[in-house]
Parts: sequence; C-alpha cells; structure tokens
Amino acid sequence: MQILSQVGGSVTNSLAYVGALASLGGRAAYYTFVAPFQGKPIRFQRAVSQALDVGVRAIPILSLITFFIGLILALQAAYELRRFGAISYVATAVAISMSRELGPLITAIVVIGRSGSAFAAEIGTMKVTEEIDALETMAISPVHFLVTPKFIAMAIMLPCLTIWANTMGILGGSLFGVAQADFTFTRYISASIDSLFLRDIVTGLIKSVMFGITITAVGCFEGLSTGAGAEEVGRSTTRAVVMSIFMVVIVDLVFTALFYFVSEH
Amino acid sequence: MESLLTDSPETTATVSVRDLRVNYGEREILHGISFDVTRGETLVILGGSGSGKSTLLRTLVGLEKPSAGQIWIKGKDIASISPSEMDAIRKKIGMSFQGGALFGSMTVGENVALPLREHTRLEESTIEIMLRLKLEQVGLQGFEYYMPSQLSGGMKKRAAVARALAMDPEILFFDEPSAGLDPIIAAGIDQLILELKQAFRMTIIVVTHELASAYLIADRMVLIDKGNIVAIGTTEEMRASTQPRVRQFLDRVAEPEVARELDYLQMLTEDRRRRSR
Repeated sequence: MQILSQVGGSVTNSLAYVGALASLGGRAAYYTFVAPFQGKPIRFQRAVSQALDVGVRAIPILSLITFFIGLILALQAAYELRRFGAISYVATAVAISMSRELGPLITAIVVIGRSGSAFAAEIGTMKVTEEIDALETMAISPVHFLVTPKFIAMAIMLPCLTIWANTMGILGGSLFGVAQADFTFTRYISASIDSLFLRDIVTGLIKSVMFGITITAVGCFEGLSTGAGAEEVGRSTTRAVVMSIFMVVIVDLVFTALFYFVSEH
Repeated sequence: MESLLTDSPETTATVSVRDLRVNYGEREILHGISFDVTRGETLVILGGSGSGKSTLLRTLVGLEKPSAGQIWIKGKDIASISPSEMDAIRKKIGMSFQGGALFGSMTVGENVALPLREHTRLEESTIEIMLRLKLEQVGLQGFEYYMPSQLSGGMKKRAAVARALAMDPEILFFDEPSAGLDPIIAAGIDQLILELKQAFRMTIIVVTHELASAYLIADRMVLIDKGNIVAIGTTEEMRASTQPRVRQFLDRVAEPEVARELDYLQMLTEDRRRRSR
C-alpha cells in the first residue's frame, strides 16, 4: 500500500510540475500573442539580445560538437555498411540521423548546458537579491519582462541552430566519406541532399522549437522557484539542467511517436 | 459591506491596516495587526529578527497575500483588488529593498529610468532629465553610467531610493535602510529620508531594528513582537513607555537564552520549513 501511495504521490508531483511549466509557458504566450494588442509591446530589444546570447554565441561550440558527431556517425555506420558493400550509403545514414534526431537533440543539449542553466542562475540570483520582488513592486511583470523574451529567443534560435547543426554534422560525415569511402566532396553533399526528404528536416525543426520552449520553461521555472540563499541558486541551476534533459527526451519521444503514427496514415 | 462602515478608515489615513493576518503555510506570522498611517507621516516599524516586521512590509506592498484582514492604501483594499488595480496602486508607491535590489545587468541610470520607460510615454530626453534629477536628489549625480556592482553599499541604497522615487510616489517604503552599512553611511541614509520627508511631504514607512535611526526619522513607531503589535505611539510616547517588552527592546536587554532543547528544535524546524516553502 505504501508503495502505491508513493507512486501516486510522485505521479501527482510530476503532473503538478508539468502543469506549472505549462502555466508559465501559457503566460509567456499571452505576453507574446495577446498583450501586444492591448498596449503592452513585446520587448524586442531584450529578445534580440537573448537571441544573440543563446544563438549566435553557441555557434562555435555547437559547430565543433556536431561536426564530430557527424564524423562519429559516419564511422559507426560505415562499420556495419562495409560488410554489405554498401559503404556509399554512409552519406544517407549520416544525413537522415542528423536531421531527424541527433541535430535537434545535440543542439538542445548544448543549449541546455549554455542557456538553460544560465536562465535558472540569472533568475535565481535575481530572486535571492529581491530583484524579482522589486520588479513586482514597480508593477512590472517578471514574466513579461524576463521570461517572455527568453521564450521568443529560444523558439526562434533553436531551429536556426538545428539547421546549422545538421549542416555541420553532414560536413563531419563528409570528412570520412572523402577520406575513406571514395566520395568526392560534392558527390557526398549531393548524396546527402538527395537522401533527405523535406519531411525529415521539418519534423526535426518542429521538435527543436518544442525543445526550445521546454528548456526555457524549465530554466525560468527553476529560477523563479529558487529559495533563499546563494546555495539555492546552485541547486536550482543543477535541477534546471537535469530536468531540462529529461523533459527534452520526453518531448522528443512524444513528438517522434506522433510523427510516426501520423506518417503511417 | 457592513464591516466597511464600522471599520472605515479615517479619511486622513493614507495607509490603514485592519486586523491583518498572514500565514506561511500552516503557521500564522502576523496575528491581527491594525494601525493607520496619516498623510505626510513617517512611521517606523520596529521589531527584532523573526518578529514579522519584514513580512508586514512585504504584505503592505502586495508581495505577500494576507490570509485575513484589510490593507487600505489610498482608499482601496489591496487584499481584495484585481491585479490591474494593484498595478495602478504600485505605480504610486516606491519601495527601497534591503540590499538595494538594483538590476545587475543595467546601469544605475537604466535602473532609475526603468519605471519611467515602462509606465510612461515620456520622451527619451525628458526621461534623461528626470533620472538626473532623481540621482541628484539622492546625492548620486554623475553616476548614471556606473554598473550597480561598481557602487558601494551606501551608494547602492541611494540608487535604490532614486529608483523608488522615479514615479514620484505618494508613499515610500523602506526595508532596513541602514542594514549592513557603517554608522556614518547609515546616518547619511537617515538624513536622506529626513530630506525626502521635508521636501515632498511624502508618507514614509520604514522597517528597521536600528533604534538610533528610528528615533531620528520617526514621527510614530510601531513595535512588533512575535506577530503582534506590542506598542504604538509617537517617539516621545515610546521613550516614556513603561511596558516591559517595549523597555526591553528600547533598552536593548538581552533575551534569556532558549532553555529548553525541544523549544529550540521546534524553532529551528519551523524556520527551515518556512524557508523551504
């Protein structure tokens, strides 16, 4: 019986957590889509500077990681394909697995490490130093002022970064293709492009938008629910990273399953 | 509506608190507080650590929800008004937080100008002039391009006061204005509060445990202990009070050590529970 009640308790807690994230996302959506028509403009400047931070500044490290991931994928795929004399399918394997799955996922994980944690730390510190309270006493909504620009920046930048990650992954794969599998660079690239359907790219991008929203919701929520004291900021930053990775995987699963069943019919 | 008639706050009062109760979870922090603050008056809320004075201040500015009672600010009961009405009230009050609570990512000038940029449609040039004026009022002229991290503790507090003054508030709240400052800088902040009071006839509510500062700036004082008002009166009345609890606080008599281990443990766990809320 005790086990049952524990399971029940943690299910309720998880649902409450998801509910809290959804409510935060809902309020941000209100400030993005409804409030501008009621005289509360979107903070474009803040959104742009956030986009610069989460997007542009992530490019070097993301490029490096996804280039290597592409190379690793090519090596792994070739190991198996070589046995069937099908090594020329390396380009296809890399292109499809990058754009359908690994591009969005690796991008999300890099962004969690750079920005999800930073959101929690920034907002958590503001909570501890009473800056969030100060915003409220000045009749400025913290969700409008702090959280919404982050949502906008992430929902736009994650798909952009994902496209970049896909490209870098394919380039990484081409290094192997050219060096080991008798491809010329142009042939490798055109083989990659030929193997991709628009559907592969679009489903990846839809997922990446959802990842961006999820990461922002978790990071900001953890920041806003920071308790008192500096050690609490560290704790909520850690929680933000762990929960974001978990939530991104769940969202990934849900959407991949959704696309699978939709394309079946 | 009946209670409104019987309990109706005096017309001269800018802030009226009636039987205010605040809970953190199960535990009641304030047990029915009532007092009035008249226009242009400086009220100092005194109390030791954990007395509930900070909770009282946070409730007055709408950061905590009361579990019962009323808080009338400018004729509106903020315990029961809509968020948009609350925002309208908030534009007429200023709050200076204990650590300043300046936004670290903005310059001092941007901090002070933030409420103006958010809530008014003033020209940028007007805002520039206003923010210089506000900084001058608190003795920080020329510091608008500094980051908060480059300011000393006392300057941060001054900048926070400038930000609280930005919208020309009718009521100004201070949370521990002299906490963490050396006596000379603290005296400077007291002086600033006095100047604001004389220059603008502003209603000022200060929460502090600094007696010297309280005696200097207060018109009236409220002493809070364990969530109840122990005494309320003018500075002279408080000085002359013979109430043991008032005397103990004003004469700085040490509290006897908590003798029973169980009480101490309970105090600790309650404190933890409150924080982990």
